[in-house]
Amino acid sequence: MLRVEKLRIAGLPLLNFEVGDGECMAIEGPSGIGKSRLARALADLEPASGHIFVDGAERMEIAAPEWRRLVRYLSAEPGWWTDTAREALPKDKKSKSAAHRLMASLNLAPQLLDKPISVLSTGERQRLAIVRALIDAPPVLVLDEPTSALDPRNTALVEEVLRYQLLNGRSILLISHDRDQVARLADLRLQLAPVEEVTSSQPNSSEPVMPDIKTR
Amino acid sequence: MTYVPLDFTDLLLAASLMLINGAISWAFALGLERTLLINSVRMTLQLAMIGFVLKWIFAQTSPVWTAGLATIMILVAGYEIVSRLSRRPKGFSTYLLGSGTLLLVGTLATGFAVIGIIGPDPWYQPRYVLPILGMVLGNAMTGIALTTSTLLEAANRDRAAIEARLSLGADRFSAVAETLRLALRTGLMPILNAMAASGVVALPGMMTGQILAGLDPIEATKYQIMIMFLIAGSTALGVVIAGYGSVLLITDNRHRLRLDRLQSGSA
Repeated sequence: MLRVEKLRIAGLPLLNFEVGDGECMAIEGPSGIGKSRLARALADLEPASGHIFVDGAERMEIAAPEWRRLVRYLSAEPGWWTDTAREALPKDKKSKSAAHRLMASLNLAPQLLDKPISVLSTGERQRLAIVRALIDAPPVLVLDEPTSALDPRNTALVEEVLRYQLLNGRSILLISHDRDQVARLADLRLQLAPVEEVTSSQPNSSEPVMPDIKTR
Repeated sequence: MTYVPLDFTDLLLAASLMLINGAISWAFALGLERTLLINSVRMTLQLAMIGFVLKWIFAQTSPVWTAGLATIMILVAGYEIVSRLSRRPKGFSTYLLGSGTLLLVGTLATGFAVIGIIGPDPWYQPRYVLPILGMVLGNAMTGIALTTSTLLEAANRDRAAIEARLSLGADRFSAVAETLRLALRTGLMPILNAMAASGVVALPGMMTGQILAGLDPIEATKYQIMIMFLIAGSTALGVVIAGYGSVLLITDNRHRLRLDRLQSGSA
């Protein structure tokens, strides 16, 4: 379970929300509002004051690399640092079999692991990045446009994998411009609005503002 | 072996070569005549000044004055490193890293040379300490500037890859390992090339100078070999310290990549 208290992201009101085990929350709002900054802050890749808890443990009590194993952030344009995907994946037996299962469910041929990443299609790279992010089964997933480069068939496969993650009790925070995808996956919606708008509607409120969370 | 001193007319004769530069600038409309004149005068004045300063300091054989000039040399070289960076962290941290690294490797290498190897009496004789420090600083400076600028440029370029590794739970040094390796290699390349080329393509300046001053070429060569090893060792040490230090400058203790700390342009 992910819980956020008084998280401060520039340009946004203080954020408070909770995503339970097996729940998916869509992060919505106009482009440039700070959806990606929020996603990066959750994984502690960007400084932000406030509290973030995973299963009761606070972010600052945990070493940052360890935290990012709990809150796994997948960027909209995931980078690679090796020639082939295989070199970038963990080598132990358990991870290898996890990688094979994930690749099979995402319609990725095992041979792709040994092809130079530069010759893979954008969609193949995106699905491989999803494999890479899920291998060690992190309890919270923060996904920034995970299917932006995929056709409907592969999008459906990714959604199937994500649903399986939810069934296994993981929490997902999803940024997606695909309204239908949000409708299919999300249990909760976090609607981000600029701080001015929200404070102007509640002019005398000095309390942290609760953003609009809708439950489906 | 005799040493032929130059007098004032000899220097004027050499300066007449600048007329060639002037003629080229004029013929091709390069507009460099003014710069040429200013820089020639500047070079002459600077060298003449350092000549008098060195003559005076050599006459003192005072550790205080030697250390004073050494400090100035280190600070200027540290400033030079920062001014060569096209993007650099805000604030004084980069100056501190550059000058601090040079202070460390300069002291170690020069101390090693004058106390451990050459052994003049007394060991702090400025005419040994200052030229050796100068050669060490000049090369370490180039290596450090190359390493730091490569690391900062490459970290910016490889940002997505570095953050991908951080997201997967790598600590900051593992996440930048490839970038750091590239930066260290780049910083070490000039001194490695210089070692390969010296004696064949290039006759090193110090050796040439000693030969011109009348020293036996074999003796001059021995000094040059010692200096090359000294420079290679101190540059390697400086490059590694500057490389790791630069990683610390662009990351924080929560293992985040902090490229927001960089500003572009030299100031």
